[in-house]
Amino acid sequence: MPEFETDSNLVQEYKYGFFTDIETDTIPKGLNEEVIAIISAKKNEPVWMLEWRLKAFRRWQKMKNPDWAFLDMPEIDFQDIHYYSAPKEAVDMKEMDPELLKTFERLGIPMGERDALSGVAMDVVFDSVSVGTTHKEMLEELGIIFCSISEAIQEHPELVKQYLGTVVPPGDNFYAALNSAVFTDGSFCYIPKGVTCPVELSTYFRINAADTGQFERTLIICDDNATCSYLEGCTAPARDTNQLHAAVVEIVALENADVKYSTVQNWYAGDEEGKGGIYNFVTKRGHCRGRKSKISWTQVEVGAAITWKYPSCVLEGDGSVGEFYSVAFTNNKMQADTGTKMIHVGKNTSSTIISKGISAGESSNNYRGLVKVMEGASNARNHSICDSLLIGRDCSANTFPYIESEDDSAHLAHEATTSTISEDQLFYLKSRGLSEEDAASMVVKGFCKDVFKKLPLEFSVEAIKLLEIKLEGSIG
Amino acid sequence: MSYLQIKNLHAQTGDIKILKGVNLEINKGEVHALMGPNGSGKSTLSSVIMGHPDYEVTEGDILLNGESILEMDPDERALAGLFLCFQYPVAIPGVSISNFMKKAVDARHPEGKAPAGPFLKEMRENMEYLDMDKSFANRGLNEGFSGGEKKRMEILQMMMFKPSISIMDETDSGLDIDALQVVAKGVNKMRGPDLGLLVITHYERILTYINPQYLHILMDGKVVMSGGPELVKTLEEKGYDWVREQVSVTA
Repeated sequence: MPEFETDSNLVQEYKYGFFTDIETDTIPKGLNEEVIAIISAKKNEPVWMLEWRLKAFRRWQKMKNPDWAFLDMPEIDFQDIHYYSAPKEAVDMKEMDPELLKTFERLGIPMGERDALSGVAMDVVFDSVSVGTTHKEMLEELGIIFCSISEAIQEHPELVKQYLGTVVPPGDNFYAALNSAVFTDGSFCYIPKGVTCPVELSTYFRINAADTGQFERTLIICDDNATCSYLEGCTAPARDTNQLHAAVVEIVALENADVKYSTVQNWYAGDEEGKGGIYNFVTKRGHCRGRKSKISWTQVEVGAAITWKYPSCVLEGDGSVGEFYSVAFTNNKMQADTGTKMIHVGKNTSSTIISKGISAGESSNNYRGLVKVMEGASNARNHSICDSLLIGRDCSANTFPYIESEDDSAHLAHEATTSTISEDQLFYLKSRGLSEEDAASMVVKGFCKDVFKKLPLEFSVEAIKLLEIKLEGSIG
Repeated sequence: MSYLQIKNLHAQTGDIKILKGVNLEINKGEVHALMGPNGSGKSTLSSVIMGHPDYEVTEGDILLNGESILEMDPDERALAGLFLCFQYPVAIPGVSISNFMKKAVDARHPEGKAPAGPFLKEMRENMEYLDMDKSFANRGLNEGFSGGEKKRMEILQMMMFKPSISIMDETDSGLDIDALQVVAKGVNKMRGPDLGLLVITHYERILTYINPQYLHILMDGKVVMSGGPELVKTLEEKGYDWVREQVSVTA
């Protein structure tokens, strides 16, 4: 694991909280069938796609916003949101709006030619649209499709039709149904049989416009014996109103395929009083369809006012493997309810869960997870470790592990700890010349190490740096 | 003027008074041993010198190089040249020794960052000297360490940080003879005009490896007797009861 030095110049306030003033094409607030038709039309979608959306919308209208997570939030007025907003200027990479380019520069996203050699292919979603994907030609030579989902719907309808909604059906839950009706953009990846994708596939989500909901839809398909690693990152301007990001991510792993999905989530989290911030309500699920396939989720959650997500694996193929590695940091009045579901269906399937929750300020940080072994899923194995670290006295951490086993041959192990940074640890490190903040930060990074080492190398460095920034001011 | 001066030091934790007027002076280049029966306040003295938040100094002063350190935080004391070899070093899981060492050495570097090459070379050499395997550097700090490994780790830090005053709090307790020899080897290498040492111990055993110039005896929160190396022998023969008698005679 790369180890990061604290950079005293790093500002502790949210440095991505700026707003880019560009001309946008935004449709009026409100949600109805007409709005959905407009979104579909703006994306030049085929009729089947519009029908799929409308079907989802009709289902959603009959559903209720779930309340089982006991999150403390005001009711969301779904008619008070813009469901589509896009930069007006051409989105061709070469003619990109200079303001937009400047934005990407500030966000540290490599979009220009000069960065074409970096080992990351990037798709960027700005509010409701994808504004450009890099490394396209190189990937095309390998038969890899990496583009926005809007483009995929037009260019590769057969693949989209075959897989969209097969992992997370439109009626799965309230936000999945809403997303299915109004999703605007996201990434599409297809790795053909036997291909190991040579670069990290990455999508950067940016919410810019006010009162806009972002409905990301991502679909990743890894065919037989194929391998890929995908990473997403997210930021948003600092505003005193809440904004909704309701994403659906679906992963399909066919025989012997290996998908690694990593997230560094740094949405604006609201201010110290809990005003503003992004509601991050996300459904992420992977389906290990083929024998010996593997899906691994790694998430570093340091932003958003409320996070509500459970990246999951359905282990259907015999011998398939699911993994979930998570670091969730909450501060001030942030609320996080996150975890995973591992559904063992096939024989000899195994899953690993390592969750590290760190709470500071008055935040609340919950792990909620389900390990389910279906009848006939013989020799299923799961190992879960859920650790919580508390910083200060006003925060809370809870662990809700649910285990359901219908097969006697299952081996399930669960460990959970809750600790505070101990005075003895701080005194020991301080007596070695480290400041209180450096000492605490060192203890926290050590606590998260098992998860950070699962991230792709360069992102691990970023994630550690990000956590350091977030820790500043939360200690002492 | 001695480099470290402890003047009439009174300290307590909660309402329990533990140090009741300790006087002690240590200069660079000197090796002092501090002995005393259980509960006499030996470990408390080392914690108070380093600035442990559990203890409150109610009277007296601690001067390092002529300046009071009572208002300083433990990290400031460390950077001023104090070092404490802990009796029970805590584990910091997930933090590798190399990362921790680099941070601590950086903190002492005038530019805030020590060049990596020389740092690694020095650490490798010191580890070799202490019979520590190279792979040690990648382990979590004190994570799953044996007693002997923990103490070697403390000595390694002392060698890397080069303090002006080092306090060794019962570094010898719980060590087998081999580990004790390695610890003594490290200490003897560090000995010299730039280091003042205070070796706190329960047993005479370590003193045969580290020959102190001075011995002090702490009882009931006070230094009740001081002497040269000959006192070690007398104490060995006659025990603390003899010290008690002597003290009550003079009192």
